[in-house]
Amino acid sequence: MTPTTERHAGESYLGGERTLRSWLTTRDHKRIGLMFLIATSLFLFVGGLFALLLRLELLAPRETLMGPMTYNRMFTAHGVVMVWLFMIPAIPSGFGNFLLPLMIGANDVAFPRLNLASFYIYVAGAVVALFGLFMGGADTGWTFYVPYSAQTATAVVPVLIGVFILGWSSIVTGVNFIATVHTMRAKGLQWMQMPLFVWAIYGTSVIQVLATPVLGLVLLLIGMEHLFDWGIFDPRRGGDPVIFQHLFWFYSHPAVYIMVLPAMGVISEVVCAFSRKNPLSYQAIVIATVGITFFGFLAWGHHMFTAGMSTFAAGSFGILSMVVAIFSAIKVFTWTGTLYQGSISLKAPLLYVLAFLFLFVFGGMTGVAVATMSLDVHWHDTYFVVAHFHFIMVGGTLTAFLAAVHYWFPKVTGRNYPETWGVAMAVLVFIGFNVTFVPQFLLGNLGMPRRYYDYPESMQWLHVISTGGSWLLGIALLTTVLYLAWSLRHGAVATDNPWHSAGFEWRTASPPPPYNFPGSPALHRGAYDYTGQEPPEGPAALP
Amino acid sequence: MAEHAAHFESLARQQTAARFAMWVFLASELLLFAGLFFLYMCYRLYWPAAFASGVGHNHALLGTVNTIVLITASITVAMGLRKLQHGAPRAAFRLVATTVLLAGLFLVVKLTEYGVHIDEGILPGGRGRYFAEGALPGEAAFFTLYWLTTGLHAIHVTVGAGVLLVMAWRIRRGTLRAAQLELGALYWHLVDAIWIFLWPLYYLTGGAPK
Repeated sequence: MTPTTERHAGESYLGGERTLRSWLTTRDHKRIGLMFLIATSLFLFVGGLFALLLRLELLAPRETLMGPMTYNRMFTAHGVVMVWLFMIPAIPSGFGNFLLPLMIGANDVAFPRLNLASFYIYVAGAVVALFGLFMGGADTGWTFYVPYSAQTATAVVPVLIGVFILGWSSIVTGVNFIATVHTMRAKGLQWMQMPLFVWAIYGTSVIQVLATPVLGLVLLLIGMEHLFDWGIFDPRRGGDPVIFQHLFWFYSHPAVYIMVLPAMGVISEVVCAFSRKNPLSYQAIVIATVGITFFGFLAWGHHMFTAGMSTFAAGSFGILSMVVAIFSAIKVFTWTGTLYQGSISLKAPLLYVLAFLFLFVFGGMTGVAVATMSLDVHWHDTYFVVAHFHFIMVGGTLTAFLAAVHYWFPKVTGRNYPETWGVAMAVLVFIGFNVTFVPQFLLGNLGMPRRYYDYPESMQWLHVISTGGSWLLGIALLTTVLYLAWSLRHGAVATDNPWHSAGFEWRTASPPPPYNFPGSPALHRGAYDYTGQEPPEGPAALP
Repeated sequence: MAEHAAHFESLARQQTAARFAMWVFLASELLLFAGLFFLYMCYRLYWPAAFASGVGHNHALLGTVNTIVLITASITVAMGLRKLQHGAPRAAFRLVATTVLLAGLFLVVKLTEYGVHIDEGILPGGRGRYFAEGALPGEAAFFTLYWLTTGLHAIHVTVGAGVLLVMAWRIRRGTLRAAQLELGALYWHLVDAIWIFLWPLYYLTGGAPK
């Protein structure tokens, strides 16, 4: 293919006004989405750096690199940055912003100014939280459990305020997206014709809007406890610290679905585009998405099996958690069934999907295991739980995020990434991830508690393997950034639809023009309709 | 002013979106208070006698006056909206301004009540004379929740009044659409509705004196 350089210059959302000011005051959902993507990716690396340092400390027993206090501050920083600065906003606020209007045939989100405000609220929250983490540094872990968080001498309050502000960004984006899906769909686009990614973002937004305020309240209450000693959770004054855990997990368990539902949306899109088939059952995925959204609100108690809870309550929360697992399993079967007899092209995005499927099933099954109360009593607060949630969050969310980055790279930038590098790094991410976290299941089963900087020598060999894996993962991610940055300038110029995808977002130029669709968007053919379509000759010229 | 934003196909669609988004946001606000209601429920189940005693100690008269003030303020803003929809901006301005004044009255009564509590030695965190002189165990939790919940509500009243104040000013200048006032009114009704639940929980459901 002949590279027609600067084909879209001046007519794409990247062209036109190119000043910094025009970016910082933009109302274009694509520019805001891209700014979110850059910011969240930056924090992925900050959080990743903390993780690498933590793993380095754990290379040998006793103090090697940092003392216990620094270690406590660092795992808190790792958790706070990864949860609130990367995973929660990355796919919804980043890709969601970029793609949602394109996928429903709209010019923009319903409230573009609010959308830009959401970005600035996010930046403000990030600055305050990071200020707290670096100046003094909280040592409570990202869960801020009372009574410790009320008593710690470290600077927990700026971190609480930072996360509180970040919560506002999450709520504002959620309200905006819900209103957008309800009122901005192109004429004739019915709910059951919307792309599955839109459904996923919709479910996520509902959780963001309904769960985040409870987190906000809890953060305020701990702030009061810490600053003024109001004793709202203090048993000596009639309070109950377990109530804190209920309120915290009422947000933080659904927050897991804020992280994983958008990831599932990405998987649904990529799996169809690279097997050139409609999903095995569109309805099943929609029902499962709505089901996870709803039942996700009712499963929080499984974080508290050992905190003091009646057997009946624990059993109920255990079963409700397994209902979520059933919906997740429905999705996994549907994606696998979609691959079956598809016209599969094993490009980097699909490799990440396969990695997701493996890791998500593995993480999900261990989730069912820890949702069983009798087993959880043994595994609670050990590395088994650490490995489990990293399988879901890193193995699930991060691989889906990378699938999205590769799949939509031509859409966002108008260039292709080097496929060979993409494939190689997808394989390395998968290997590095497993080497890092599989030993942690074994460590947890041996009784290694989470959040400890020290351990008996007999466990060292597993820690060494895990640390080695973290380096593989780090190298793979760093390389990915390098070749993507290289592609921005030197990648082959992409055609409008390099994957020959049927998705709605590909029915306009890549990168799209400022108002997305030149005329009214052509959404008559379904978003997963590949009937009578020529098979693609593959992406444009590889370097 | 009659122009709609470029990315909407019509003004009606834009107003539908804004109204819808406001309802979604109100759901979010409701969940914010739900956490405090949840705490109230749990602690009242732990300490039924202390909570009854605390409620009995609160000044039901002041709470009831404030309930009447807030409901009246809701009525006036609803009437103001009606007037603006029917093209009577001067009457609308007077009614919305009344709502703002009533909100101010509510805050005055509330602050008076806080002053009385401070005088009686009832401070958050179980501090003050009242608790030193043999309050029931659990009363500290009740009054801390009282300060937190009514305080958070008072902040919402202040925000709502501020929004309506700006809107009243814009009605006077003739730059406010009825659909915009409706958003402010919706928010105000939420503030009112939350108070209607705080009123029995903190003023009316007291037990026999201790």
